[in-house]
Amino acid sequence: MSIPAIRATGDAPTPAPTGQRADTPTQRTRPRRKFPLPRPGALFVSPYALFLLVVFAVPLGYTLWISFHRFYFTAPGAEFDAPWVGLRNYQDVFSDPVVLRSFLNIAVFLAINVPLTVVLSLVLASALNAKLPMRSFFRAAYYVPYVTASVALVAVWQFLFGAEGLVNNLLGDLAPDPSWLVNPVLAMPVIAVFVAWKQLGFFVMVYLAALQSVSKELYESAALDGAGRVRSFLSVTVPGVRPATTLVAVYAIITGANLFSEPYLLTGGGGPDHASASPVLVMYQRGIEQGHPDFAAALGVVLVLFVVVLSLLARKLTEKEG
Amino acid sequence: MPRKWGAALLAMTLAAATAACARPGPDPATATTSRGSITVWLSNNAAEVAWGTKMVDAWNRAHPRERIKVQQIPAGKTSEEALSASIIAGSSACLVFNTSPASVPQFQKQAGLVPLDDFPGAERYIRERTGPRADQYRSEDGHFRQLPWKSNPGMILYNKKIFRKAGLDPEHPKLATYRDFLDTSRKIVESGAAPAAIWPSAGSEFFQSWFDFYPSFIAESGGKPLVEDGRPQFDSPAGRRAATFWRTLYREKLVPQETFQGDAFGMGKSAMASGGPWAIVAYKHSIDWGVVPFPTSDGRPASRISTFSDEKSAAMFSACEHRATAWDVLKFATSRQQDGAFLAATGQMPMREDLAGTYPDWFAKNPAYTTYAEQADRTVEVPNVAGSIDVWQTFRDAWTRSVVFGRERPEAALRGASRDIASILAEY
Repeated sequence: MSIPAIRATGDAPTPAPTGQRADTPTQRTRPRRKFPLPRPGALFVSPYALFLLVVFAVPLGYTLWISFHRFYFTAPGAEFDAPWVGLRNYQDVFSDPVVLRSFLNIAVFLAINVPLTVVLSLVLASALNAKLPMRSFFRAAYYVPYVTASVALVAVWQFLFGAEGLVNNLLGDLAPDPSWLVNPVLAMPVIAVFVAWKQLGFFVMVYLAALQSVSKELYESAALDGAGRVRSFLSVTVPGVRPATTLVAVYAIITGANLFSEPYLLTGGGGPDHASASPVLVMYQRGIEQGHPDFAAALGVVLVLFVVVLSLLARKLTEKEG
Repeated sequence: MPRKWGAALLAMTLAAATAACARPGPDPATATTSRGSITVWLSNNAAEVAWGTKMVDAWNRAHPRERIKVQQIPAGKTSEEALSASIIAGSSACLVFNTSPASVPQFQKQAGLVPLDDFPGAERYIRERTGPRADQYRSEDGHFRQLPWKSNPGMILYNKKIFRKAGLDPEHPKLATYRDFLDTSRKIVESGAAPAAIWPSAGSEFFQSWFDFYPSFIAESGGKPLVEDGRPQFDSPAGRRAATFWRTLYREKLVPQETFQGDAFGMGKSAMASGGPWAIVAYKHSIDWGVVPFPTSDGRPASRISTFSDEKSAAMFSACEHRATAWDVLKFATSRQQDGAFLAATGQMPMREDLAGTYPDWFAKNPAYTTYAEQADRTVEVPNVAGSIDVWQTFRDAWTRSVVFGRERPEAALRGASRDIASILAEY
């Protein structure tokens, strides 16, 4: 027997009767305010608006400007030319094999990390939502890696996946050669799994919150119709937390595309031979280490567009009706 | 209202940004003759800090109106990144006693350095102290923007205990030729005395080649720099022999492809290391060590082997407001007396001509350093060319691809890197 996918109603407000608008005639006829935001509101949002402007908008605009000029950072007061170079920096970015490799690496990373994150966190959240012994302990345990400093976690993974590490010792002759972190094929998947594990606690919390709004009556109805646990999970839970899945997927894509600490620390700066380099790591290397902020700025703009497109795509796919 | 608020916020932000960007540096004409308190930055090496603190105390006692404040270089992945950031922010110290020559062209491009030969007698002072080697530290426009301060000539340190464990004679180690070095390395790893014969970083940072390929190439080529007269020199028989030697070490797993997180030599994970005289102080209580020059294919005598200097310079930064004082401090800190104090405190080699002859008593009391002092007279620097960091990064990428990970033949990688570096040099 098949159970159709059911939309969660949760705590949604009671809809108005069909054919009748929810707002009252009084509200409809009230003249529009000249300014939609009241003064106290403007005051309250202004600190954050200022923060956004200073920390995001201005740097983004400056980055865009730099990306179209031959530019380098100088001492204050120094006079230097920053000639307009049009798309030259972008040409350099798209013809750089390390940059192209880094985008390929990120594609591999996202292909492994995002589905793994979504599936694992949803399954774990469902398990932790059930009545389990030591449920609070498990909830905290999954959250610990998320709030632990990356440097400390990286040390643990180096202990596990280093050439002389625990995993290779357990695998014996089956251990990969070259070892995990210096293997051009395995380095990026190891990082993808590492990041999925590290972030899992946060996404489990997101799903746990979403699960609270899935109506228990739906599970009861499914059970009455003969659905087992797996069928209930697929037909009630998965569609019920679809907005959370969109959030998790988009957030995982954004954090994944901005990957830096893990290749920087775990694989010694994107090694082996750039096989785990990420675009942000390349930005840092070119912009800071090698003194080419114009190239790094162009790469940054490309990365922003890449993330926006991927996020919109993910949103489109996850919000699609089942 | 929101429109007004938005306009006000935008104006405030732009004003703040403009003010920040428009922060002027000191006027060079005034600063050159100005005297007053200055700040000096040192590396975080404990022995250097101890020397620097005493040097500053001595200066401050004699110059109460021109006092020095000493600090360590702000923390960063490398000193060079921290220094570059401080140039951009206009917050660098007057003097930095740990400036890498490879970064000098970039700092120069950022207008971050003061030409030292603008001070009367500076050129003569630098040349008299360092001798003809000083010319390696001139910028391409002929100016001295760094004062060659101290070197750590790269040699091969070995752990005598591990050698004994591997059944090798630690007093007469066979490390002079490539063949001997490889045989010794095989015995160390096969015997299980240490997991690695030698363990340089396999990382792709541009400066890592200074501790594996570059000293090997300098030794094998009889003292060639990476770039000479605007042309790369490493795509040569000597360069290919040095690269093939290292490839053999990696291929036979005598050298790990992973970067060790920590000090592999200090922790007994490798039997050998590339290191300068700083290592004597670092390991004197923990390792029974010996030192030999880098190997060559024909095992030439030590007296004919050159190596990489791993030199660090002292430089004056453009944020300095009291440059007359700073120049006097620079001369004071590199005087014969202070160089002797620095040598005694750190074991590192001041960039002075005839070092062993200048401090004979100290070397008589500390014979372990004599080998390094002799090597210090035969050192080669990184090329002082515009685009220096790009040059080294291009080389390092080719090195990790071919020699470390074997994804390309070393000969082809050297040829390609030479071609790319020639383009970079032409572009600059």
